[in-house]
Amino acid sequence: MSQVLHTPPPAPAAPAPVPAAEHDLAALAARHGLSVSGARPSLPGYVRQLWARRHFITAFATAKLTAQYSQAKLGQLWQVMTPLLNAAVYYFIFGVLMQTRDGVPDYVPFLVTGVFVWTFTQSSLLAGTRAISGNLGLVRALHFPRAALPLSFCLQQLQQLLFSMAALAVILLAFGVPPAASWLLAVPALVLQFTFNAGVSMILARIGAKTPDIAQLMPFVLRTWMYASGVMFSIDHIVAKHGDGLPSWVGPVLQANPAAVYIDLMRFALIDSFRAHQLPDHVWLIATGWALLAGIGGFIYFWKAEETYGRG
Amino acid sequence: MADIAPDTARERIPTVIADGVDIVYRVNGTGAGRGSATAALNRILRRKQAEKAAGVRRVHAVRNVSFVAYRGEAIGLIGTNGSGKSTLLKAVAGLLPVERGRIYTDGQPSLLGVNAALMKDLTGERNVILGGLAMGMSREEIKARYQEIVDFSGINEKGDFITLPMRTYSSGMAARLRFSIAAAKDHDVLLIDEALATGDRKFQKRSEARIRELRKQAGTVFLVSHNNKSIRDTCDRVLWLERGELRMDGPTDEVLKEYEKFTGDGASKKPAKA
Repeated sequence: MSQVLHTPPPAPAAPAPVPAAEHDLAALAARHGLSVSGARPSLPGYVRQLWARRHFITAFATAKLTAQYSQAKLGQLWQVMTPLLNAAVYYFIFGVLMQTRDGVPDYVPFLVTGVFVWTFTQSSLLAGTRAISGNLGLVRALHFPRAALPLSFCLQQLQQLLFSMAALAVILLAFGVPPAASWLLAVPALVLQFTFNAGVSMILARIGAKTPDIAQLMPFVLRTWMYASGVMFSIDHIVAKHGDGLPSWVGPVLQANPAAVYIDLMRFALIDSFRAHQLPDHVWLIATGWALLAGIGGFIYFWKAEETYGRG
Repeated sequence: MADIAPDTARERIPTVIADGVDIVYRVNGTGAGRGSATAALNRILRRKQAEKAAGVRRVHAVRNVSFVAYRGEAIGLIGTNGSGKSTLLKAVAGLLPVERGRIYTDGQPSLLGVNAALMKDLTGERNVILGGLAMGMSREEIKARYQEIVDFSGINEKGDFITLPMRTYSSGMAARLRFSIAAAKDHDVLLIDEALATGDRKFQKRSEARIRELRKQAGTVFLVSHNNKSIRDTCDRVLWLERGELRMDGPTDEVLKEYEKFTGDGASKKPAKA
């Protein structure tokens, strides 16, 4: 059956679709209170929509988390095994082979806390970068405030981290770190870190939606950031020991970077030999500042392009 | 159907109004410098100023389409492949930007389909909940509809399959569950893109009945299909798109008759039907 489509004659037998009324279609729409399809909601409206979808955000995060290991024989046990194996690898390389441990008391808890807290930020940002570009099918098929995606991925990482924290508690006790009331400080530290991660994820999600190439770049950026944030060593010690040639601002700047701040806060909360003087001045203020800056800034930046996601 | 004069519009409530809609796709990576590194760099650096030079091609998918859809109507969209049917549907759903013109809608039209929100590693049970939440239903609504969804899909007719991961389902079973989840929600304006072709004949019958039901409960249904029979069974008005232009808009029988003449379909099928 050949369908040769030479320019078809304009609307043959049937009457023109909308005859005289064409010019007042807009008026008709206005009279019946119809709204323009696909327009971006106002910021408060957007927040309300997002709040209405909170159950979807949590369910999507939990579903992703459980789906992750559902094919494995050991199943959900990997939630705890993966971070433990990670910590073991870093211990072997940095604690045994490279001896960065020297001078740091309670090195194993110190290292494992650093690795877990850093992994939270790292995987949140990686997932955030691909939150829109990796879920175009979802974005193109269903209506929901798109910020639900980066938020959901960060929430998934937070749930993952909570498994890791359970493993961490066991490690701490095994290495003779006594439980203390200060462990409760881990909660506000995590809330702040989550807000920071979510904000940066939303920024990266918008950039990644426009330019997916950034996903190729992120692992390198993140690795550099990791080594600059004292995950496996104490910034204090390293700067004091090898920092003779460095300008004096390097140490404080490294310590004030958000990743280092959240890692050190967690160490301070959990490990009794990690003292307050190892923290930068006004550390809670810095932590809150980063969280608010990234959280609010990232949210608004993401919302600004809401109507463009999944198009073209 | 075509008598859309302002006086009759007063009794009938419009749900979707398309006012001179043009839709244009921009496609990267075509033209002279296809795929080469310099062309790609050019695209990134010069984005808007020189679309053509950077090898961006414009595809004019929908041209100056206007129509008014009313509450209670089921409207079929027909046309040969690539005539812009799905594109128009996506734009009505607010998922594609229009180049010119406006689309006004009552509430949020939704495309029928939750495929993208479902995860094959999760059980059917959890997918029902996840899919429902993704469509914007509340947990209570889903709980109330859960049994209905499972029964409708017929997944449990051959054993307790709903508690197994979806990756163990046959493609037909998965398609049935997807349709059941998607059709569980009441939509103001429902857009269906060839969804009726899933499942066996028995299930197709059931889904057609469900579409009619949705139409009764809600406002307006749009159906894109190449199956003239399912258009005839479900729709009372048809829009015929050809090369992105609205060629005809009228009652199903009239438009389908012209369309079948156009495609040569009616001639070959007539003996069988009569």
